[in-house]
Amino acid sequence: MQKFLSSWWGIPLSAQFGLLVITAYLLLVALAPWLAPFGETEILANAYEPWSSTYWLGTDSLGRDMLSRIIYGARNTVGIALIATLLAFLIGGLLGLLAATVGGVLDQLLSRMVDVIMAIPSLIFALLMLTIVGTSATSLVLVIALLDSTKVFRLARSVAQSIVVMDFVEAARLRGEGRWYLMRHEILPNVSAPLIAEFGLRFCFVFLFISTLSFLGLGTQPPAADWGSMVRDNATLISFGDITPLLPALAIALLTVAINFVVDWKLHDASGLKD
Amino acid sequence: MLNNILTIRGLKITAQIDGIDSDIVHGIDLDLKRGEILGLIGESGAGKSSIGLAAMGFTRNGCKISAGEIDFDGLDLARATEKQKQNLRGVRIAYVAQSAAASFNPAHKLIDQYAEAPLSHGLSNAFESKQEAIELYRKLQLPTPEEIGFRYPHQLSGGQLQRAMTAMAMSCKPDLIIFDEPTTALDVTTQIEVLSAIRDIVREYKTAALYITHDLAVVAQMADRIQVLKDGRAVEMSETSKMLAAPQEDYTKTLWAVRNFQRREKAFDPKDIILSLNNIDASYERHGPKILNDVSIRVVRGQTLAVVGESGSGKSTTARVLCGLLEASKGELVFNGGVLPLNYRKRDKNTLKNLQLIYQMADTALNPRQTLLQILGRPLEFYLGLKGEEKNARVAQLLEQVELEPKRFLNRYPGELSGGQKQRVSIARALAAEPELIICDEITSALDQAVNESILNLLNRLQEDLNLTYIFITHDLATVRAIADEVVVMWQGKVLEQSTTEALFSPPYHEYTERLLSSVPQMDPQWLDELLRQRAKAEAI
Repeated sequence: MQKFLSSWWGIPLSAQFGLLVITAYLLLVALAPWLAPFGETEILANAYEPWSSTYWLGTDSLGRDMLSRIIYGARNTVGIALIATLLAFLIGGLLGLLAATVGGVLDQLLSRMVDVIMAIPSLIFALLMLTIVGTSATSLVLVIALLDSTKVFRLARSVAQSIVVMDFVEAARLRGEGRWYLMRHEILPNVSAPLIAEFGLRFCFVFLFISTLSFLGLGTQPPAADWGSMVRDNATLISFGDITPLLPALAIALLTVAINFVVDWKLHDASGLKD
Repeated sequence: MLNNILTIRGLKITAQIDGIDSDIVHGIDLDLKRGEILGLIGESGAGKSSIGLAAMGFTRNGCKISAGEIDFDGLDLARATEKQKQNLRGVRIAYVAQSAAASFNPAHKLIDQYAEAPLSHGLSNAFESKQEAIELYRKLQLPTPEEIGFRYPHQLSGGQLQRAMTAMAMSCKPDLIIFDEPTTALDVTTQIEVLSAIRDIVREYKTAALYITHDLAVVAQMADRIQVLKDGRAVEMSETSKMLAAPQEDYTKTLWAVRNFQRREKAFDPKDIILSLNNIDASYERHGPKILNDVSIRVVRGQTLAVVGESGSGKSTTARVLCGLLEASKGELVFNGGVLPLNYRKRDKNTLKNLQLIYQMADTALNPRQTLLQILGRPLEFYLGLKGEEKNARVAQLLEQVELEPKRFLNRYPGELSGGQKQRVSIARALAAEPELIICDEITSALDQAVNESILNLLNRLQEDLNLTYIFITHDLATVRAIADEVVVMWQGKVLEQSTTEALFSPPYHEYTERLLSSVPQMDPQWLDELLRQRAKAEAI
């Protein structure tokens, strides 16, 4: 505990804030059924009830409790975004490193495939794919991961390419090391800084992308709660000067900022920059 | 005093290291008369570059001039305002840096960069300054002086750039030029051209100069007086001829120790060939020009074989072919009696283990994200299967072998080491594999004289203890004389001769070998004049 506290105070203020916010969101995700006063899809009252002691944030267009839906929405939105981003990094990062390390035909093949995918606007491509495979959470995660892995691939490959030509990689090759060792121990530690930075950005993009899809009706399907679709469903209230529909958007913004604070701090560590 | 262009009294420079102030220059006095060349010499960390910069009233980031005065023609630069200093720099004081390649802006033509200072100080107009530039390029013996200025920096060789840099420094006819190791990065034959060009122009314009170097023989050609520095303190100072004839201090004597470094006699069997290259051809592109042309070399077990030649002679390519990094297009490699596959991917683990390569730049040869324990532990694990405690103990032993204290260094990253220490770690990594043959590719050329000597000593000791064979690739003939048993001289991808070191360094010489040998600076201050006279004579005939 002592150790934890002393290292905690060594962290910059912005990162502390970020870590607290992220922890709060994770708790929200894990403890949603216990934290939410009502069920996710329970219809409780009239549509668009104002804020009251029973319904702290009022009700939505179908008379469901707003607060409960925001809490449950964290599960769907954050969960899917996180899994999709991680998957995108796993696929894109791994293939990018592989392409840079092996080079030659494999590199050409992978790079041209990525070019083809990137040539199609991603929103249209996602809409197309989701229409074909149907809009379940799994297919949503897979489609987004596939689309985003192309960007991760390009970054990982180009950064790794400048590392691969260094003498220490050549020395490891001469030692007779296998591909996996080269990628994992010689190259990855040297490309981690830009990849971590990209992770923060990419996570936010995915997050917004899911919300966009939901807003268009192809993301999380009703009646499940999702911050993007919640904004859409209750958008009419905005014209009456009520800020309630914007709260899910605020939740998105807050998490985005928090993640980037933490990423900035980790980036500082990973790039080995000293003050 | 009146004659002095630069008078430094009690100069102290303080640097902040890890938040603590510590002196890097402890009270130096210097006098420089108008038109005089003063050599500043010492190993790295002696504070010579800091003093050179301080002579312009400038310090590196994190350093400051904490005491003393720097009197430049009546103005105390230690206290002058930034504006006053700006008016002097480039106009009355100029600076020539070690790496001209890094000091030029790659995006502008040379002549535009030349004209920048005279134009911005309003000394000249664009047309005049270009005429002057061409005139200076001619005086500095640059090829095609009318056109060369219109090229970009990457289109010139290192030696040409260094001269173009000198021309730039001369652009405003300064009273003082500071040369900071201007020839260190050049090979011996190029060095001569630059040295003679710099010396002639400085004499012609009667410019005073501070000439900073770690090479005593170079400074002997250039300077009227020499100041020896160590750890930010003055060691001794005297006229060049006096300094060379009778150095007073022990430290000064060690500065050219490597030149007197004595190789111990070794017993070996000349018939025990560990490695031979038979009629090797190689090129970087298929059907491209041949970088190696019919190269045959034999290496005797337990010997040190030096491969010498100027840059572009194919000596580093030979190393790459040996390691299998570049596949030879023709010929055969025989190692320990067996034919080696030409591509390293096809070699078995045992062969790879027995043939280790040490790189020129230790900076890029060590993974910056691994600790020394990881760097040295990996070959132990990979080749010898050592694990856990056993591995750690062996790593500590290796560090001791290369004279690094295990406790202090085990968990450090390469970025926290000096150049010489990094090279020691590279050597330890090669040793970890317990090889029979180590290929050293210019491993001392990025290091200064004193560190250089200690690395050579280390290699010599290890060779005796472990019965290693070295192939030592270098352009430095002093090193060759110090360490090699046999020498291969290469020129334009061909082997000119292979002979014992004694035979190579005594007549009759091969024509090119003679040129290479005569290009190595000697301690004699007359050497450069003598050499240039002889070459001019030879060309006249």
